[in-house]
Amino acid sequence: SNPFEVKVNRQKFDILGRKTKNDVGLPGVSRSKAIKKRTHTLLKEYKEREKANVFKDKRFGEYNTNITPEEKMIRRFALERQQNYGKKNIYNLNEDEELTHYGQSLAEIEKLNDIVDSDSDTEERGTLSAELTAAHFGGGGGLLRKKVSSGQEDEEEEKPKSRKELIEEMIAKSKQEKQERQTRRESTLELTEKLDNDWKEIQTLLARKPPKSERKDKEVEKPKPDEYDMIVRELGFEMKAKPSERMKTEEELAKEEQARLQKLEADRLRRMRGTNEQAEKKPSHVSADDLADGFILDKDDRRLLSYKDGKINIENEEEEKEDEEEDEEGGEEEDENEEESEDESASEDEDDAADSHSDLDSDLESEEEDAGNKEEKKHKTNENESQTVEELDPKREAAKSELPYTFAVPESYEAFKSLLAGRTIEQQLIILERIQKCNHPSLAVGNKAKLEKLFGFLLEYIGELATLDLPELRTIDKLVLPLYNLCQMFPEAASDSVKFILRDAAHDMEEVIEVKGRAALPGLDTLIYLKITSLLFPTSDFWHPVVTPAFIYMSQLLTKCRITTLQDVIKGLFICCLFLEYVSLSRRFVPELINFLLGVLHISLPKKQAQGYTVVHPFTPVGKNSELLLVCDKEDLESWQKQNLPLGIVTRLKETSRTEMNHIRLSCLALCFDLIKKCAALYESLPSFHEIMHPVRILLTQHVQVNEYPEKMQEWYHSALKELETKVKHYTPLICEKKKPVPLKQYTPKIVKVLEFGRKQASSKKEQERKQLIQRHKRELKGAIREIRKDNQFLARMQLSEIMERDSARKRKVKELLGSLATQEGEWKAMKRKKWKN
Amino acid sequence: DRYSAEDKYKIWMRHRYQDCVGCLGELMGHDAFQVKELSLCTLMKFVELEAQYPLIKIEWKGTLTFPFDLLKVVVDGLLPVNEDASLLISRFQEYMEYDDVRYFVMKAVTANIGQVMQKTKERPLPFYQQNVFSLISPINMPNKESDMVKFMVKQENREELKMSKLQAHRQVFQKMWLTFLKHKLPTGLYKKVLVILHDSVLPYMNEPTLMMDFLTVAYGIGGAISLLALNGLFILIHQHNLEYPDFYKKLYSLLDPSIYHVKYRARFFHLTDLFLSSSHLPAYLVAAFIKRLSRLALTAPPESLLMIIPFICNLFRRHPACRVLVHRPGGPADMSEDPYIMEEEEPSESRALESSLWEIQSLQNHYHPDVAKAAAVLNQSLSEMEDDISGLLELSGYELFDKEVKKKATDVPLEFEQVRGLFGKKNDIFAEHFSLD
Repeated sequence: SNPFEVKVNRQKFDILGRKTKNDVGLPGVSRSKAIKKRTHTLLKEYKEREKANVFKDKRFGEYNTNITPEEKMIRRFALERQQNYGKKNIYNLNEDEELTHYGQSLAEIEKLNDIVDSDSDTEERGTLSAELTAAHFGGGGGLLRKKVSSGQEDEEEEKPKSRKELIEEMIAKSKQEKQERQTRRESTLELTEKLDNDWKEIQTLLARKPPKSERKDKEVEKPKPDEYDMIVRELGFEMKAKPSERMKTEEELAKEEQARLQKLEADRLRRMRGTNEQAEKKPSHVSADDLADGFILDKDDRRLLSYKDGKINIENEEEEKEDEEEDEEGGEEEDENEEESEDESASEDEDDAADSHSDLDSDLESEEEDAGNKEEKKHKTNENESQTVEELDPKREAAKSELPYTFAVPESYEAFKSLLAGRTIEQQLIILERIQKCNHPSLAVGNKAKLEKLFGFLLEYIGELATLDLPELRTIDKLVLPLYNLCQMFPEAASDSVKFILRDAAHDMEEVIEVKGRAALPGLDTLIYLKITSLLFPTSDFWHPVVTPAFIYMSQLLTKCRITTLQDVIKGLFICCLFLEYVSLSRRFVPELINFLLGVLHISLPKKQAQGYTVVHPFTPVGKNSELLLVCDKEDLESWQKQNLPLGIVTRLKETSRTEMNHIRLSCLALCFDLIKKCAALYESLPSFHEIMHPVRILLTQHVQVNEYPEKMQEWYHSALKELETKVKHYTPLICEKKKPVPLKQYTPKIVKVLEFGRKQASSKKEQERKQLIQRHKRELKGAIREIRKDNQFLARMQLSEIMERDSARKRKVKELLGSLATQEGEWKAMKRKKWKN
Repeated sequence: DRYSAEDKYKIWMRHRYQDCVGCLGELMGHDAFQVKELSLCTLMKFVELEAQYPLIKIEWKGTLTFPFDLLKVVVDGLLPVNEDASLLISRFQEYMEYDDVRYFVMKAVTANIGQVMQKTKERPLPFYQQNVFSLISPINMPNKESDMVKFMVKQENREELKMSKLQAHRQVFQKMWLTFLKHKLPTGLYKKVLVILHDSVLPYMNEPTLMMDFLTVAYGIGGAISLLALNGLFILIHQHNLEYPDFYKKLYSLLDPSIYHVKYRARFFHLTDLFLSSSHLPAYLVAAFIKRLSRLALTAPPESLLMIIPFICNLFRRHPACRVLVHRPGGPADMSEDPYIMEEEEPSESRALESSLWEIQSLQNHYHPDVAKAAAVLNQSLSEMEDDISGLLELSGYELFDKEVKKKATDVPLEFEQVRGLFGKKNDIFAEHFSLD
């Protein structure tokens, strides 16, 4: 367009990639557009402002959008015809006349016209049948033929056959012929297809069989690989010797191990303190060229471009194999290709290829070979496995002869149990080990889940062993090892299953408490589980997904469960030991532990009055169970020897005699003394150590009759008391940590990061939307005002021009009038002058 | 004869009716529950009918026509001395919906207690008192006079009658309870009474201050009963201007190790929080409370610790003068003894303000991570806002466990020390004391 009519909106900055709508404006064009629009709308309105008449459009369906334009036209046409119906037009001469050709209505001929598809039949291309010519080229042929036929046929018969009939007959014939041709073609197609299929079936048989003579030649050409050749090839493929790392000396190994342990220990300490883990993590190495965009090029996982059979190879290797098999079913060409390549390739490759084709090969020989290979391989793997087993456990040769080498992971707990049933401990261990080896997660995909399940089974099995009448604790003792190994492999699954067991136990207890108001201590299995927890997981962590719930559960056991029998005391002391073990590294404070030990000491004393200490739940100062551990029998006291409490006693105490019971009581007491001693050593550093141990010390010093105890017990007692009393009392007043000074408020500008230009940086999406709406409203309002103003300007202009026009017209008329008057006057004066002259 | 034949017949009938009522009253002590229930229902039917068609002619309008003596027979039957009749009493509850029946039953119970107790000479009667309690504790007193619309007997002049006045109802109710509580109660019943006292007894009494003696005695008993009496006392102190000398001293002496273990822990600490919320309390008193509570916390289970530590923090916020307990910059460098005297009964003598909160410092080493974190808060200067402990009061150990078990862990740290059997750890305590037999 005209460059003088273009207005360019210059931009301050050029920004790449931004599209601008309004960089070029055409003010002239847009103005004229606006004016045109106004003349069509506003001006019209203005001009019709005082008119009462309305123009009505009565065309049929003009404003009805439901009818399509075509239909509308048809209806209109019909209406028009209706209106004109019956009105004869005298000037229309040839209205009812019919055009004929050869005495026949042209319209009818047109209707019957059948275009024969001459292209469809390839055989008769170019030739014209007599019927066809007759039909297409009018009566000439027909007449001729009529003459020929009329000679033979009866005139009588022939005559009534009108021309119309004749043509119809002809058409029918041609149609029939066409149909026949079509069916013929279809059948041939079918036949070829069938042939193709048949061929395909046989083709596979033929594919690998070159003509016999050729085959023989080939066999001759390809003699058995020479030993020398084989060696050469082997050498060629053999790995070049690389300088490996030097064998480490034992010292170095020990050092490495120590470093590893140190690192683990440091890790443990960090977890124990429970400090913020994120903060202490070392930042990972950052390259100087790092763009800090989070992009890490650690592994190139792009696949290399490769071709196979002329196609780009995309799928994974596994899929490739399948593809190969499918391809072979497909075309012969590919097969041939492969054959050739096989022939060319080395003999080693052949094995592989044979392997992959084994299910398709018709060649008997190769199949046999293949089978042989497979068997060999199996043998080898078996041998390998047995070798490893032998290497690892030379001791277990005796058991090995009976046990199978491979085990599937049992699917259910019952299957697992039946697998281990009737085996000795050693055999059970071997079985578990082999299950683990045969189903290592790196061997197959599903193995991980299977082995994770195995952990659960093993745990359940241990629980069952512990609940037996005669708990097989020795077995459990051994079974802990595979449990530990499995746990190391699958920490998440292991923690989940242990948590599940704990949750069940806690839930059961809670239910019993809700119903009865009190609960009994759980069975040996739960205690064993708690012990196993401490073996599998680090108990010193500030928070641990398994250990922390276990802590709370044990605390519940010590505070909620009634102590009514000697077994309960033993179980309680077992839990106390667990508590001590759990906190042995972290030295955390367990109030329940001290309470319980105090309670145990309390029930070992005879009825007492002024106490100076208070026992808390589950122990009561007086009541029926408040002398549970009291031993009065002098003889039993004398004969007592410190013995380890057998754990099995928890389930079968009833058979034991009175003396034995008393001995167990005394052993419990000794254990209690020892635990107090250990607690004292553990909590020595707590600032209120003396307050914590105060009740225990009062009980020990003021209530216990030491002299009645046997000598051994006195030793236990004194060592405990000594541990309590030797600690110095040391108190330093507390001082709060200093508060961080609060920075003064300053008038520094608030810097907001601009993430996207041109868009308002609002806080939330809702706010953003609101602002947008406000802005849009403003813009619309402005636009509307501008339009109204322009409308008014336009109207004013129009009115002005109207007035000007009117004025000019008036002026012109006045001028005309004046002019005519002037001429009139002039003429009159001239006449007057003439008269005067005359 | 002065009587006509018809009159004689009526007198005879009246006698038979009295015999029948007597028999039914005896049958309420029958062994079979069905018999008891049936006779109860029959008697109540009699009560209803007799109230409608009184046996004695009304002398003037406005006289009560309720057969009180008959109802007394029922109540006597409901309160046997030697057996538990709670089943029958619960069956009777439906009649207590009627305002008039309730009114007279309360009167009858009062009379019954007086008779029985006089007969037995103050000997404790556990069954009898239990029965009385189960009869009177569910009584649902109306709140407004307009609520009293359900009467067994419809009488035109109801409005004028005494029993339709709320004031009268309350009077009878109060008399009944006072009579009941006048006598010594067994411990279990004592607790039950105290549990419902503040909620369903005190608000319906005309003069709640009459309960003062009972509550004061209960508060002095000690243990759980004192804890429970606290609630009633609080209402009296708060709403009825009760002056209780040495209240805080008494409260202080209530603090013993069992408060963290008892069932009524939530209720007790809720009230203690209320009592200690006043900002006019002297600093030495609050300090003594803080020190004692934290000393006792050394034996508390984690669920109580999670509640008491924010509780103590709140006390510090309310009474900034006590902050010396956690922050004493210019104090003596070393002390050989905690100045606080635990055994001292008098809070002012306990020297709590000279001490420091070493107990909470010890709890920073608690095995439960949340407790340790909560205790560590006292190391820093406290924020201004008080912690809301209402949600922590009812915390139970199982809830704690559930919360921990449900926590999702990103990774599970493992023990790196190789296992050598069940008791195979280094220095295993179990190996020393237990054997695997």
